[in-house]
Amino acid sequence: MAEQEKKLDMRFKLAHREAWIGIGLVLFNFIWWFGFAYGLGSAPVEEYSYILGMPAWFFYSCVAGSILMMVLVAVIVKSFFKEVPFEVEEEEEKV
Amino acid sequence: MNWDVVIPLLIFLASIFIIGFWASRKIASKSNFLQEYFLGSRELGGLILAMTMIATYGSASSFVGGPGAAYSQGLGWVLLAMSQVATGYFVLMILGKKFAIKARQYKAVTLVDYLKGRYNSKAVVLLSALSIIIFLFSAMTAQWVGGARLIESLTGLSYISALFIFAVSVIIYVIFGGFRAVAVTDTLQGIVMFFGTLIILVGTIIAGGGMGNIMSDLANENPNLVSPFGHDGSLTPLYVSSFWILVGVGVVGLPQVAVRAMSYKDSKGMHRALIIGTVVVAFMMFGMHLVGVMARPILPGIEVADSVMPRIAMEVLPAWLAGIVLAAPMAAIMSTVDSLLLLVSSTIVKDVYLNYVNPEATRKKVKSISFGITAVLGISVFALALSPPDLLIWLNLFAFGGLESAFIWPVVLGLYWAKGNKYGAMASIILGVGAYSVIHNVWPEPFGMHTVTLPVVISFLGYVITSLLTDRSITYANLQDDASNG
Repeated sequence: MAEQEKKLDMRFKLAHREAWIGIGLVLFNFIWWFGFAYGLGSAPVEEYSYILGMPAWFFYSCVAGSILMMVLVAVIVKSFFKEVPFEVEEEEEKV
Repeated sequence: MNWDVVIPLLIFLASIFIIGFWASRKIASKSNFLQEYFLGSRELGGLILAMTMIATYGSASSFVGGPGAAYSQGLGWVLLAMSQVATGYFVLMILGKKFAIKARQYKAVTLVDYLKGRYNSKAVVLLSALSIIIFLFSAMTAQWVGGARLIESLTGLSYISALFIFAVSVIIYVIFGGFRAVAVTDTLQGIVMFFGTLIILVGTIIAGGGMGNIMSDLANENPNLVSPFGHDGSLTPLYVSSFWILVGVGVVGLPQVAVRAMSYKDSKGMHRALIIGTVVVAFMMFGMHLVGVMARPILPGIEVADSVMPRIAMEVLPAWLAGIVLAAPMAAIMSTVDSLLLLVSSTIVKDVYLNYVNPEATRKKVKSISFGITAVLGISVFALALSPPDLLIWLNLFAFGGLESAFIWPVVLGLYWAKGNKYGAMASIILGVGAYSVIHNVWPEPFGMHTVTLPVVISFLGYVITSLLTDRSITYANLQDDASNG
């Protein structure tokens, strides 16, 4: 039983770390999205510059921001997330 | 009838039935009926997990209402919609492995099961079951009305026949196929939604003469359309940012999404789902809402926001391709209602009936009750959708925000904060739902933020303060509970 508890603790520690990574990612995502949208987008519309036909604020905030998040999630999951078993080793309940 | 549009829709419906039939044979082969019917025996892999989460969450509003709003508000509404990219990774990372392990420990099949295992309190179970039944039943009916209206506008059938086709197809595969059918059809529906978005996006850009051309047309009509502030400058940064709570991080508290976070097979599947989910949800939300904006110079003067999507598809694509694309909003609605139907049914069967009415039910009995309840629910939703009562429309308006305010803290803090207890959970659910209903009615959008913001804060304070205040008395109450349960 103590052995099992220890194993659970290890997995929960890992899970806690991954949850913090999730919070970090969402904060980064928000700041990037907000910064470009309102940083560049607050200028008068006549002064907007355009990238690939889209206003620069929109391109950086919505297009580049999303692509960056996809890449970040992929890299972080591949390098920091560990595979762990979920089962608590006991027989299935038959209902 | 426009057969070019109808044939792809029929093929789509037929494939869904085949999947439902396949899943129903799986059910017969599994020894644990409840786990299989309501959770697919926790066997989902990465692709299916990602797709069923996105498809359940992406509903009529992402494919019909959202593009309609983007049509009138401009790029500011696309910006707002992009707050949903977070759902692609946040839910699975936050609930993550700990939720998966705990759910297995508690043998939880539903979100309420999880709360029961964590808080060990009859009041928490009944309160949460009640909120789920009331809110999601209303949300479901509203989605059915949307689905039937869509079929009506695409095929020219009457509302009642359209509703009938929609209801029969959903009810049959949910009753017989259970969670596995729902998840696998969600995957098919998610793939249809993904490619539908791609096709309509490309078609609209070409029809508008290229991105640069469309943007200058928009700026010429009204410069605000290409700014982040909406067509009349009314979308403030604070208001738009508050959607990060409603459709971004708050989604963790939606029972229909959370239950999927206990359905996957292993951590490998979860890792793949994180990556696939982020890519798919970001692309779909971006594409569909941008199409709504770009439709404006191509088809100016559309009055009914909900008709923007169907009309732009018919305008810029050949009819048969429009049929495939229009299967996407259909898929979005179906994949949401099927999950809601099964979730409400599981709440009644597992959380109420098996917990408190008849815990000793045999396998055969559970099986027939599950089929029966799902069928009765489906038929009552159909009956209500024929002429939806006002109360229901009203309840649906705050179904998502209300459920998020109720469940986000009992689930998340229950998982990560050891001091959280059942009194905190009760306070959080009652305060969350109560505050949401009151603020929604007497003080909508307080301080220029979406209504959901304050109730989420209030239910957080309720959870933490009540848990801390009752921290000492809990040991005594626990002993009593243990004595009476054991």
